[in-house]
Amino acid sequence: MSKLSFLPAHVLSEKVRKGELSFSDITTEVIAQLEAKDKSINAYISRRLEAALEEAKSLDESLAKGEDLPSLAGIPLAVKDNICTRGFLTTCASKILYNFVPPYNATVVEKIKKEKMIIIGKTNMDEFAMGSSTENSYFGTTHNPWDYQRVPGGSSGGSTAAVAAGEAIMALGSDTGGSIRQPASFCSVTGLKPTYGRVSRYGLVAFASSLDQIGPIARDVQDAYLLLKIIGGYDPCDSTSLPLPLPEEQLTGKVKGKILGLPKEYLSEGIDPKVKEIVEKAIKVWEEMGCVIKEITLPHTKYSVATYYIVAPCEASSNLARYDGVQYGFRNPEYTITGQNPVIDMMEETRDQGFGSEVKRRIMLGTFTLSHGYFEAYYLKAQKVRTLIKEDFEKAFQSCDFIVTPVSPTPPFKIGEKVSDPLKMYLSDIFTIPVNLAGLPAISIPGGFTEQNLPVGVQIIGKPLDEYGILNLGFAFQEATDFHKRTPHGN
Amino acid sequence: MEIEPVIGLEIHTELSTQSKMFCSCSTRFGSSPNTQVCPVCLGLPGVLPVVNEEAVRIGIKTCLALNCKINKYTRFDRKNYYYPDLPKNYQISQQYIPIGVDGWVEFEVGEEVKRVRIHNIHLEEDAGKNVHEEGKNFSLVDLNRAGIPLLEIVTYPDMHSMEEVNSFMNELRNILIYIGASNCKMEEGHLRFEANVSVRRKGDEELGPKVEMKNLNSFRSVLQALEYEIERQGARLRRGEPIYQETRLWNEEKGESFTMRFKEEAQDYRYFPEPDIPPLEIGKTWIEEIKATLPELPLKKKKRFIEEYGLSKKEAGILVEEKEISCFFEEVVKICPQPRLVVNWIMGPLMRELNERGLTIGESKLTATKLARLLEMVKENLITQTNAKYCLHEIFDSGEEPERIVEKRGWKQVTDVEEIEKMVREAIQKNPRAVEDINKGKKTAFGFLIGQVMKLSQGKANPGKVREILERELGKC
Ligand SMILES: [Zn+2]
Repeated sequence: MSKLSFLPAHVLSEKVRKGELSFSDITTEVIAQLEAKDKSINAYISRRLEAALEEAKSLDESLAKGEDLPSLAGIPLAVKDNICTRGFLTTCASKILYNFVPPYNATVVEKIKKEKMIIIGKTNMDEFAMGSSTENSYFGTTHNPWDYQRVPGGSSGGSTAAVAAGEAIMALGSDTGGSIRQPASFCSVTGLKPTYGRVSRYGLVAFASSLDQIGPIARDVQDAYLLLKIIGGYDPCDSTSLPLPLPEEQLTGKVKGKILGLPKEYLSEGIDPKVKEIVEKAIKVWEEMGCVIKEITLPHTKYSVATYYIVAPCEASSNLARYDGVQYGFRNPEYTITGQNPVIDMMEETRDQGFGSEVKRRIMLGTFTLSHGYFEAYYLKAQKVRTLIKEDFEKAFQSCDFIVTPVSPTPPFKIGEKVSDPLKMYLSDIFTIPVNLAGLPAISIPGGFTEQNLPVGVQIIGKPLDEYGILNLGFAFQEATDFHKRTPHGN
Repeated sequence: MEIEPVIGLEIHTELSTQSKMFCSCSTRFGSSPNTQVCPVCLGLPGVLPVVNEEAVRIGIKTCLALNCKINKYTRFDRKNYYYPDLPKNYQISQQYIPIGVDGWVEFEVGEEVKRVRIHNIHLEEDAGKNVHEEGKNFSLVDLNRAGIPLLEIVTYPDMHSMEEVNSFMNELRNILIYIGASNCKMEEGHLRFEANVSVRRKGDEELGPKVEMKNLNSFRSVLQALEYEIERQGARLRRGEPIYQETRLWNEEKGESFTMRFKEEAQDYRYFPEPDIPPLEIGKTWIEEIKATLPELPLKKKKRFIEEYGLSKKEAGILVEEKEISCFFEEVVKICPQPRLVVNWIMGPLMRELNERGLTIGESKLTATKLARLLEMVKENLITQTNAKYCLHEIFDSGEEPERIVEKRGWKQVTDVEEIEKMVREAIQKNPRAVEDINKGKKTAFGFLIGQVMKLSQGKANPGKVREILERELGKC
């Protein structure tokens, strides 16, 4: 058991500064773990192990020379494969981008490089981030490190599995409808979806532009906070990024008197009793610390999945239009000329063969709802409902500081269990989707385990820009529990 | 049956910004293919657009010049369609809340001032270019043009004749140049048109089915295509045949248009708000700021030239036709306050020089000061008209100061009475036969004597003075 690769970054950094460890030690351990486990887990699509080790050695030399290094320097990081890395494959887990090497770095990658963090590789995901199980990948399913028969959640399942399995210390994910939080819950790691606009989307391959947000995946709340402070902030390349400073306060765990709102709609039917029990226990923990528990209502929440499945596919159908085989990526070399326009034939066959079925389903959904005669009935109506959902939260936050909910109605499910029933899969995102529609920050923290030792996360939703608040509430819970320290057995 | 055409235009104007609409790539024309591109205008995965503020500023300025209402919040939308020269397979445009609406342009048709209403003005990005080489079974794509800012001006169908369309296009082009919105170079595709046209029995209120004409890349093709289309629709109307609502493509070489698609096949662009660009707020202060930079527009300037300088309508029209010329005229008049002399020289020798050299004034070596000083010499009779023209030619060649050229060439006119008297007497003395002929009443001999005096002066004597003195001296004989 390689303990080292299961320690959080802040602990590792301290040990290096104290001279107890070298950067090379950390990266070597993480690589060893990856090589031992990833054949079974399949968290990574591509790896850069030699380069990572080189970088670690060079950082050790810098440190020996007495150079000042940034606080997360030398920490092995996994990057979701929908975040562009210059000169390094970025596939979105899709055949259509199986060979795409971006000529530029995403803003977050530039920031990571400046911090001198070490990128271990690019992680598996649902194709174009469309899915909740990492089963929709051209590069195969990722397995949950806690139970290989089960899914790691999705779409950032590769990133959360990598962190959970000690194949990375931290990771970047993206969250459009729960894609960081739900796999964080399934893999028992900490996953933060920041306020929309907190982190630049420049270089994040777009799924649904008005919902997408990059966020940190980490072992604990402190690490998530550290990583947020590195990747966040205003970016002139992203017109939707917020020109506001990031929070700087220290995590204290002082939460006495804070009011936690529990939406009555969220703990009713359709939830696995064990999940319900774990969330209720978590609430007890906070209550004992002096938090005030209050029932609130989010009446339009029941429309959120329907709303999401109009807004997201509409944007996706347009965002994914560029994958046509003309300029880059996969092109079907042997298309048949059927009509007057061979270029359109080429595009059609390229897209037919390049996209997986879930992506095609959503492109068709979006194309249909944007079509003449349906735009008003679907798209515009969905936008109106979206406003109502947002207003629900605004109202609720007038009487509470945080909203606590489950992340997913169930613990990790079996691979293949839901693939044939997309609607069931869609409904499993009921607790995470409203947060994206409202643009709010939310975190999933390890909340406990079922009898089968399957992880269950707890979601804290905050007011706009209150990442600090939700992290601090999470920190308080973490100080009282040890779920975040547990590692999958057999590791 | 008298037929009345009903015509509206959509004008796509390439703006004169340094950089593209949503990235910082150059907009320079004529570079080798795909050298003015970046991840953003290539539409690579993950990129995001950032609005070029200069393009928005020009958009607002155009709205002000065309009397449009400016929307307080303007928004971009995506127009979705698949084409290889469109890297994202959607164009960022403005469908729902364009930058400006409900304006108008006034222009002269003969003696009348007409008005065409503007439906809306919106910003969008240009597409690239597909290059088809003869005999090759593939096409190439050049994306240098992809992302260059375009302003689309959409009129109401307020035009009813070719003259109106022609005058409107000229006026609009002039306005766009005057306000610095676009260089309007046709050969570089700065102005491209789409027209919609229907015909009806003159006097009818109801509009006929509308036909859209695409691929009109010059004033000439707009006029030819419209003429062809009005003829085609008119003939059908006369024969009682139906006219279909359709989109037709103009073929410049064949001088014909062809059906591209019928209404039923109309493309569905699935417009929706661009989620990557938040709505832009256009504040009152910004509008006022831009308003203050708005120059005098051509029609107004023309009126002023007539009133202020006493020019004819035609003269004022010619000067105003080119902003540069009209500004040059005023600069010259400021130094040499002889508007009539200046306008004659500009419309005559100056324009001839420019045409022959294929230059604009700005590109030439002539400056307003140089012309003004040359004309001052003409006015003061310090140089003959003919030598002044040679002098102008030399300024165009070398850019030298007019005084120096005149000096160097010895063109300074002799106006000294005594000196001319001397030469006149010499000519009379040497040509007694001519004097005799004059006394017999032979008018041509007088001209001959003047010629002799000019010859003696090597062309430098002031012809008026020579005539005056010769008459006086002959009277003495
Ligand atoms: Zn560019």
